[in-house]
Amino acid sequence: MSPFATLLLRDVRLAARSGGSAALALSFFALVATLMPLGIGADLRLLARVAGGVLWVGAVLAALLSLDRLFQSDFEDGSLDLIALAPIPLELTALAKITAHWLSTGLPLTLLSPLLALMFNLAPTPTQVLFLSLLIGTPAVSAVGAIGASLTLSLKRGGLILPLLILPLLAPAVIFGAGAVAATMDGLGGQGGLELLAAFSLAAVLLSPFAAAASVRLNLGG
Amino acid sequence: MNWLFRYANPHEFMRLSGAVLPFTAIATALCLALALYLGFTAPPDYQQGRTVLILFIHVPAATGAMMVYGAIAVCSLLSLVWRHPLSDTAARAAAPLGAIFTALGLITGSLWGKPMWGTYWVWDARLTSFLLLLFLYFGYMALWNAIEDETKAARAAAVLALVGAVNIPIIKFSVNWWSTLHQGESIVTGEMAPVFLVPMLLMMAGYVLLFLTLWMARIRTAILERRATVLMQRGAQ
Amino acid sequence: MISSLTAENLACVRGDKRLFESLSFRVRAGQALAVEGANGAGKTSLLRLLAGFLSPAAGRIVVKTESRESDDSEERGRLVGWLGHLDGLKPQLTVLEQLSFFAHLYGRRADPAVLETVGLSRQADLPCRYLSAGQKRRLALARLLSSQRPLWLLDEPFAALDAAGQGLVAQLMLRHCGEGGIIIAATHDPLGLGNESLKL
Repeated sequence: MSPFATLLLRDVRLAARSGGSAALALSFFALVATLMPLGIGADLRLLARVAGGVLWVGAVLAALLSLDRLFQSDFEDGSLDLIALAPIPLELTALAKITAHWLSTGLPLTLLSPLLALMFNLAPTPTQVLFLSLLIGTPAVSAVGAIGASLTLSLKRGGLILPLLILPLLAPAVIFGAGAVAATMDGLGGQGGLELLAAFSLAAVLLSPFAAAASVRLNLGG
Repeated sequence: MNWLFRYANPHEFMRLSGAVLPFTAIATALCLALALYLGFTAPPDYQQGRTVLILFIHVPAATGAMMVYGAIAVCSLLSLVWRHPLSDTAARAAAPLGAIFTALGLITGSLWGKPMWGTYWVWDARLTSFLLLLFLYFGYMALWNAIEDETKAARAAAVLALVGAVNIPIIKFSVNWWSTLHQGESIVTGEMAPVFLVPMLLMMAGYVLLFLTLWMARIRTAILERRATVLMQRGAQ
Repeated sequence: MISSLTAENLACVRGDKRLFESLSFRVRAGQALAVEGANGAGKTSLLRLLAGFLSPAAGRIVVKTESRESDDSEERGRLVGWLGHLDGLKPQLTVLEQLSFFAHLYGRRADPAVLETVGLSRQADLPCRYLSAGQKRRLALARLLSSQRPLWLLDEPFAALDAAGQGLVAQLMLRHCGEGGIIIAATHDPLGLGNESLKL
């Protein structure tokens, strides 16, 4: 098994065994989707209009929950030292962790979204677009999140500052993703938004391993 | 590149900045005063009346906010790639100034908007982008404060600043796209008659000088603070 | 395979403290170097420098293998078998899973026989959370063995082990040197290998 696959498999396995981080993210997502109508009101037409934005923001926040431990747990128990000495570039290590994070949070959130969209009275076509947008966009959340996670990995309460660091950087993802859904409902078609989102995600996934690896290196040298 | 490193030595920097500072301070005051005078004595804009004067403060602040982030990004690059010793201090010193410029831009933009649009806030592309920029500044300052080891904090903040710099064009693009999507077209921030051009440029120059003056002052303070700390540590031994 | 490691005029600064400077030494294949010193003298920092985690404030570290000579820290890192203070073990993974993870990560095959060597073969399917401190150390040793790296950097290798465990460590170290490996260990106890010692 290649070092990349080894890391990926281990991280997914750890996520699965550590009391279900996927379950936590899914519950949070569902809770946000439940609280929103309580705050906005039960007007189904209104809820359908805001569904794209609400669910996108909810998914981003839910994915954030487990991000601060992405590098921190390996850093704290000494595994990160050992991983850094392995015959795999630190950038690929970061990519493996990003992939594992997406598999254990972003992907489950995407799969739950059609059910939540139903609760918001979102029509089938926009729901499809929402699903696609989350599928394409959640990797970007994991990727950009990894940058924040690596910058804060030495902080005990790093989880508090992490959202502040990466939420502004994720604004384009929310804009394109939710925008695609809104455009679909306005009859303009979601393709433009989805394409922009895909470009953003691709750039994020390709570039953030470099920033994350640089941050890990400076923390290992501390 | 060598001249840049010559002033990397704190002593040299203190010397140079000490000599230059009074001049930039005076130049700042002159520019701003002249700009304001010309602005107030010019005929009121036929479309916007006196409220156009708020733009005098708003536009340079907004440009200034971007410029300061650019300065921080350059300092961060110098710090990470060339290990320029003073650039960390410089970047950290610039951040609150940039945040204030951004906040000023937001507040004046909002004040200008009230007579124009009827509300204190609209989600137009420019204001929204600047709101996000303000958060980028907060995040940058928060990261510096959160990490105890100064060297580590400096490098982490540098990485964050560069990541932010790459993202800013993307954020601006996406916010523009969003605003055309939802509003049909961007709300125009307003054009100004040519009689305001000269005062406006003077104002911008004044802001740049203001930033340079305050920046140098803050770096000097940081250097002096560090010296004081070292002395206190030695005294305690 | 590594022929020698030479440190030339190494200096290390952590925070505002100058831990050591003008440090030079050479260790050849089959030799072990003990690094002694009080707590905080810089033993761990020296090891981290040798591993490539830290950059020296001055000086360089040259590693000579059969094919080449290099002072690149990343290349050197690929030769390092690291045993630090921390165990690097996840409580949710079993002993065998943990060992396989590191073996595959380092491009080796997972060999359960290594567990025999360190006396953990009966605990192969036990989650690491149930291991005692001594057993965790043994697992770390197994991990070190299975990495098959020539340059061993050990930080307090005898800590948290009973007499039998310490005997095991000594035995493994002897064997490693016998096979042409290099060991640099930070320790309070003398290595008893009749080799060099460095005082910080």
